[in-house]
Amino acid sequence: MTSASMIVDRKTQRYDRQLRLWGDHGQAALESARVCLINGSATGTEILKNLVLPGIGSFTVIDSEKVSGADVGNNFFLDADSIGQSRARVVTELLQELNTDVSGNFVEEPLQSLLDNDVEFFRPFTLMIATQLSSKMLARVSEVCVKLGIPFLAVRSYGLIGYLRLQIGEHCVIESHPDSPMDDLRLDRPFPELLSYLQQIDFNTQDGFQHAHIPFLAILLKHLLEWKASHGGLPPKTSKDKDEFRAEIQRARRIKEDGSRAEEENHDEAITHATKAWHVSSIPSEISALFADSNVDNLTATSSPFWIMVRSLRDFVMAEGEGLLPLRGSIPDMAADSDRYIRLQHVYQERAKHDVAAFTAHVHRHLAELGLPLGTISDDDAKTFCRNAPFLRVIRARPISDELASATSKLTDTLNFHLEDPDSSVAFYVLLRAVDLFFEEHGRFPGAGDDQVEEDIAPLKQYVVGLLTDLGVSQHAIKEELIHEMCRFGAAELHNIASILGGLASQEAVKVITRQYIPFNNTFLFNGITSTSSTVEL
Amino acid sequence: MDASTETAAQSGALDATAPSPAVAGSNNARPASNAIVSNTNTAAAAVAAAAVEDDDTEGEGEDVAPRFEDWAGRWDHIDKLLVRRGPFAQPTFEPCVELRDFLLEQCRILVIGAGGLGCELLKDLALSGFRNIDVIDMDTIDISNLNRQFLFRQKDVGQSKALVAAEFVNRRVAGCKVTPHFCKIQDKPEDFYRQFQLVVCGLDSIPARRWINALLVSLVQYNDDKEIVPGTMIPMIDGGTEGNCVLRFLQFSVRLFVGLSFTALFCVAGLLYQGFKGQARVILPGMSSCFECSIDTFPPQTTFPLCTIASTPRIPAHCIEYAKIVLWPQAFPDRALDTDDPEHINWLYLEALKRANEYGIQGVTYRLTQGVVKNIIPAVASTNAVIAAACASEAFKLATGCSSQLNNYMQFNGQDSLYTFTFEYEQKPDCLVCSNIPLDFACSASEPLRALVERLSEQPFQFKAPGIRGLGKTFYMSAPPSLELSTRPNLDRTLAELGLQDGAFLQVADVAVPLPVQLKLQFRP
Repeated sequence: MTSASMIVDRKTQRYDRQLRLWGDHGQAALESARVCLINGSATGTEILKNLVLPGIGSFTVIDSEKVSGADVGNNFFLDADSIGQSRARVVTELLQELNTDVSGNFVEEPLQSLLDNDVEFFRPFTLMIATQLSSKMLARVSEVCVKLGIPFLAVRSYGLIGYLRLQIGEHCVIESHPDSPMDDLRLDRPFPELLSYLQQIDFNTQDGFQHAHIPFLAILLKHLLEWKASHGGLPPKTSKDKDEFRAEIQRARRIKEDGSRAEEENHDEAITHATKAWHVSSIPSEISALFADSNVDNLTATSSPFWIMVRSLRDFVMAEGEGLLPLRGSIPDMAADSDRYIRLQHVYQERAKHDVAAFTAHVHRHLAELGLPLGTISDDDAKTFCRNAPFLRVIRARPISDELASATSKLTDTLNFHLEDPDSSVAFYVLLRAVDLFFEEHGRFPGAGDDQVEEDIAPLKQYVVGLLTDLGVSQHAIKEELIHEMCRFGAAELHNIASILGGLASQEAVKVITRQYIPFNNTFLFNGITSTSSTVEL
Repeated sequence: MDASTETAAQSGALDATAPSPAVAGSNNARPASNAIVSNTNTAAAAVAAAAVEDDDTEGEGEDVAPRFEDWAGRWDHIDKLLVRRGPFAQPTFEPCVELRDFLLEQCRILVIGAGGLGCELLKDLALSGFRNIDVIDMDTIDISNLNRQFLFRQKDVGQSKALVAAEFVNRRVAGCKVTPHFCKIQDKPEDFYRQFQLVVCGLDSIPARRWINALLVSLVQYNDDKEIVPGTMIPMIDGGTEGNCVLRFLQFSVRLFVGLSFTALFCVAGLLYQGFKGQARVILPGMSSCFECSIDTFPPQTTFPLCTIASTPRIPAHCIEYAKIVLWPQAFPDRALDTDDPEHINWLYLEALKRANEYGIQGVTYRLTQGVVKNIIPAVASTNAVIAAACASEAFKLATGCSSQLNNYMQFNGQDSLYTFTFEYEQKPDCLVCSNIPLDFACSASEPLRALVERLSEQPFQFKAPGIRGLGKTFYMSAPPSLELSTRPNLDRTLAELGLQDGAFLQVADVAVPLPVQLKLQFRP
């Protein structure tokens, strides 16, 4: 046995369970990320905890507060000895201790003064995260992030309510990791190599093993071609057709010596997966929409590799692809003998390689035309892009400052739709904005003191009513109980809600940083009273 | 759900009024604080006595621990929910500071599992005001835990998860008393579990969750009016991060959920992918659906037929399984495979690679080999945080009654965007564990007992080593070997030969469930 230490280093072992999700390249992206956190609140440290553990490059905590007794009560990264000390420093030390691979930094200067005097301070960050900011400050940080082109996550715990908002200019995802992707099998449009593979299969073999191990794709294709030949070139259409098609496969089972039909798993699979025979290969609507994006038609030397590849993909579709995307080249496992399965797999893989080569030629042509080096997009990048072509996604999550400045008709429509349901968590969006209006006028949140709960209900309701009008949804009301409950919360930051948001926000941060998986767009509201939530684009 | 269930579920708060064995004598809802102190000490002493491994908890007085003096403002955040009236609180909820004292001094909560979810749960509960926490876990710390199990460091590798986790939380959260138990849940007697007002599970093992669920259901006692005896129902909050099969939930979701598109998303999503998914649920034994009611929504482990592995390998996993099942025992007949030993994994990897090359199969890697051999499920800090905190939040609400409850199942999916989906999982009318009625079992007089035993290994039972009794006799016992040997001849006797008739009752015991399951034989005509 070779020495095991040569195979897996400490880091690979430590990160094994996550490398299986986002791979070594995703990990590399994480390890070079610089994350900035505004406010070392419980919500803030819970987010960072879940980013320090998987190994981001560095984090910086901006916080000018001194640790209070209440802070130690809800924040795991503070202890009783830290009361009165710099909150930025203590949380940084205790977070840093989680993972020595990560570099932790802190800044005790007030956020306000950084925003006023030193906006460039924020430029080096890969991602900005702000916790427990009310609307006014949120808008200011949002503007800075827009200006510097930095993705921004705003997170807030308020009593049993959680709020999460992503702002990102343009986020292109190649590896979106779809859940159960449909196989791209092209039975409706078999390519020549697949047809010649089919000809090599002896469907009439008397050898029981051979017959029971014909890959079901071959069985389906054979029957489909026969069906089309006798039906004017059309596949099974009606449910009667489809039943008949399945019956034909049923009759194709080998007849045993005693005259009965053999039980053959490959034929079972063919019948189960018969829909693959009449599945029409096509381009997903999301991808067609991408082709229409203005970035595709207006390539320039500053275009990102992503858009150059989308353009090349469209070119491929219109030329060699004959209306289809490059073949992905993977087939499912099926009851078959090794030899014929692997040959079939090879047929698909070779065709996929052929498509990648044609696609890459388009890429190279565009790079040359744009005066960019061919190495701008590597062969591996091209291959990964083709394999993920049906699942590409682009997210644009609009600036929070715009959302807060004025209600667009889209925002009004979205709110209208959701407030129809009196129990929708979207009501808390209105309520969170209303408590901020209250805060601006009173310098405290409603229900800050125990004796202020009841008396603040009516004024908060006024803000809610005013806000509903401003947002163009005055026909809806927010339940009285919810307004009361918001006053009761008194801006409490409960550890459990902070921790739920810490999990959600760190997950979205990982998606943004690795450019894998699809981030939410753009608002998530959690109702911890009933453990329900809403995801909406505002 | 019937009407009585409704009321019971809504009565909420693990009411301090309910006399519970753990806080014997504290039958007053809001006792004066002195009374709480003395009662707490009694309970704490009981925990200490029951603890298996608590000899290294530092500085704790063995019998009378002084009440911890909290600093000013410590509980300001949770107090907002505890001392204020709330429109969504349980009807029994009476806001007062004593409620916090109940949480701090009296309420006893058990966390099962000190892994990914368990570490999070201990932190969440400790910062929610739970101070008397027990944690049980049989596992030791592995280096691959460190990317999410944040109470462990490199130096802790190889030590008990429960011990290290408890020690860390006790050190960080002043006044918190986490008592560790480094053992299997099955090693603890029923009385151990009776001590708690709440059980929170952070387990990745289905059999363990099944076992504790059945135990908690069995603890529920009913009075003559068929009402639950207060204090005998211990709620179980269950968190999981496996991608379980939610296809079956379609029928509920269509009815209960307005956004049909979400429903569709979950149905497509639930099958295979793991890592960014999980679920949290509240189980009120005897009142709501239990873990067993939904046992068939969990996917069976993938296994490949031996003939495929041996003669028609097609994918990398087939080659790896071959190396593990066939080649290793051949090469090392006297050495058991240790899947935690990188050298063993490396040997399997090289053998699998050799076989793959023979067949022209691509894609065998060390990482894949390790994944297949150890059945590794990807896991990240973020998902654990979400699920554990959702569970802890429910525990806090249940213990205090300060808010409505999750009713009763929340599914989380963070793979594509962020979605949660909350619905009421209904009780299965013929649930093996909580229905209280013998399960009708279709069979025929002429089939041998062996056929029945085989069916017991399938859904919904999944019994691996059943023991079968009935008519006052023992028909078959899988263990111990002497009993197995003496009852084995019965396997080949037909049910009729064994004297079993249509409508006869059988009691089937198995390691999967703490109490035997009742079957009612239904002979096919």
